[in-house]
Amino acid sequence: MSPVLRLLLQRLAISVLVLIGVSILIFFIARIVPGDPARIALGPNASQAQIDALREARHLNDPIVVQYGWFIRDLLHGDLGTSLYTKRPVAQDVATYFPATLELVLYAGAMMILLGLPLGRLAARFQRRWPDHVARLLSVIAVCTPAFVWGVILQLTFAYIWPIFPLEGRLSNGIDAPPLITGFYTIDALLNGQISTFFNAVYHLILPATALALSGIGQTARLTRSSMIETYRRPFIGMSRAYGFREDRISRRFAFWPSLIPTLTILGLDFATMLANAFLVERVFVWPGLSRYGVEVIMRKDLDAIVGVVLVIAAMFLITNLVVDLIVSIINPRIRLAERKAKA
Amino acid sequence: MSAKSSSVAWTEFRSNPISILGLILVVFCIALALFADVITPYPEHVGPIGDFTAINQAPSAAHWFGTDTIGRDLLTRIIYGFRLSLLMAVLVLSISMPVGVILGLLAGYLGGWVEFVLMRLTDIFLAIPPLVLAMAIMGFLPATLTNAMLAVTVMWWPWYTRLVYNVVRSEAREGYVLAAEVIGASSPHVMFREILPNCAPAVLTKLTLDIGFVVLMVSSLSFLGLGVQPPTPDLGSMVADGAKYMPDAWWLSIFPALAIMVLVLGFNLLGDGLREAFDAEV
Repeated sequence: MSPVLRLLLQRLAISVLVLIGVSILIFFIARIVPGDPARIALGPNASQAQIDALREARHLNDPIVVQYGWFIRDLLHGDLGTSLYTKRPVAQDVATYFPATLELVLYAGAMMILLGLPLGRLAARFQRRWPDHVARLLSVIAVCTPAFVWGVILQLTFAYIWPIFPLEGRLSNGIDAPPLITGFYTIDALLNGQISTFFNAVYHLILPATALALSGIGQTARLTRSSMIETYRRPFIGMSRAYGFREDRISRRFAFWPSLIPTLTILGLDFATMLANAFLVERVFVWPGLSRYGVEVIMRKDLDAIVGVVLVIAAMFLITNLVVDLIVSIINPRIRLAERKAKA
Repeated sequence: MSAKSSSVAWTEFRSNPISILGLILVVFCIALALFADVITPYPEHVGPIGDFTAINQAPSAAHWFGTDTIGRDLLTRIIYGFRLSLLMAVLVLSISMPVGVILGLLAGYLGGWVEFVLMRLTDIFLAIPPLVLAMAIMGFLPATLTNAMLAVTVMWWPWYTRLVYNVVRSEAREGYVLAAEVIGASSPHVMFREILPNCAPAVLTKLTLDIGFVVLMVSSLSFLGLGVQPPTPDLGSMVADGAKYMPDAWWLSIFPALAIMVLVLGFNLLGDGLREAFDAEV
């Protein structure tokens, strides 16, 4: 088996174990809290008979370990329980609201990579000169500011005072959502050839995605800078200078690519943080994603729905890290070389 | 990690103006929080009662940051918000930090199944974004100040466990640890008297950075309505409440938002300065 494949299978196995661990953790937290879940679910006016019936139906009278067994069995059947708030299956609710969140996070992630990496590279290239100081100051301010603060500031500046962007929502009034294919409005609109809907969706994405991306951009720039400064100390940089390569080419190629590996690993974590911060940004821009649903079910003590939302987020986090591992093992020459040796 | 003497570290710290700026911001915020009762212009506006003759006033000489929808002075409430945020950060970290450090020491030094169980447990906690885990815990508990702190504490210790674990793993190979083991020192002695002091720079640096991040987390929770409840002045909920009155009463959310920014920025710059000065890997 090739080393890359073995590494990935190993990571996959660990991720599955961690996900099982997360499910145990969240399930037990949900069950040890004071109060009868059935009574919470039915509200204060429910009769004892109704409560008993729900306890029986949800296996709440079984020992907690057996309850967990039922929970896992349902989970493997794609059943996350029923939301008390929407009265619909939690899995269906998540499928409805999650694409909006994911679309927002993916656009923000793209901004983080496309702006954060070059900013960090410039800072390292002009180390201890003014582009470096400006980039460092900007990135530390970006990192220290919660996503909702960026949201409020951007909204006030670019939607109220200087209204060049829409205030909230995913599409303007009067524009219908494109037919549901992926749930991503931008992709669905393109697939249907609705160019004006596509641009409208992108137009609505810009402010929330920027608010979400800013701290990630700062973090990425900081990491790229420190990682590249580390690389600049290596002998091969001195050698390429001696060969007479231009400074710009050295920074763009020789110093940048090796520095990408440590940065990428952390990027996975940043992406996960964005999933969480999306809750804050969605609130500011009234974005109809998982956040509104999540906060609503938390307020209503809708236990099954809370467990479902947390599991989906944790699964997304683990998948992201697997993808990052895959990318790192593809671009890391040490792993690639090991593979070539293994084949020879 | 190379341990430096504190005087060398201080010289290095002092030479970086950005770190000094961080220190000044931190001292400023702590001083505001400590002396809130004396320096705030309208200390009586902490509670639910305001001045009904001065509702929704824009910033002026009498009210530097304006007044809110029931006529309370915003500056006063922001300064009390500093006090609450810092108090919560200190309480959260004073529980989660020692727990995390001790578990990290045990996992790193004892190894074997202790290491396996503890480190897999931290993996599980770290697989859920902190804000989401804290939100979920708040979902199962009533939204009160104590519970918000509890939720943040529960998810914060694994970061210290992982940090200390990594430090211990590299320290355990050092000569001084071997020497102590050779002369027959007990495991607790080696862990707490020999290795622990060498974890201090990394832990202290992380602690400084974390005060900012706990403030950020707690204000995010209350921004979503899951933390501190009114009328207690809290920066996060002030931003959320103020956002309803945009753009006319812009000061209602912009000033608390900037206050969070300044507070977190201060601790971050200070933490970064300490990290550089101590060469600590956090």
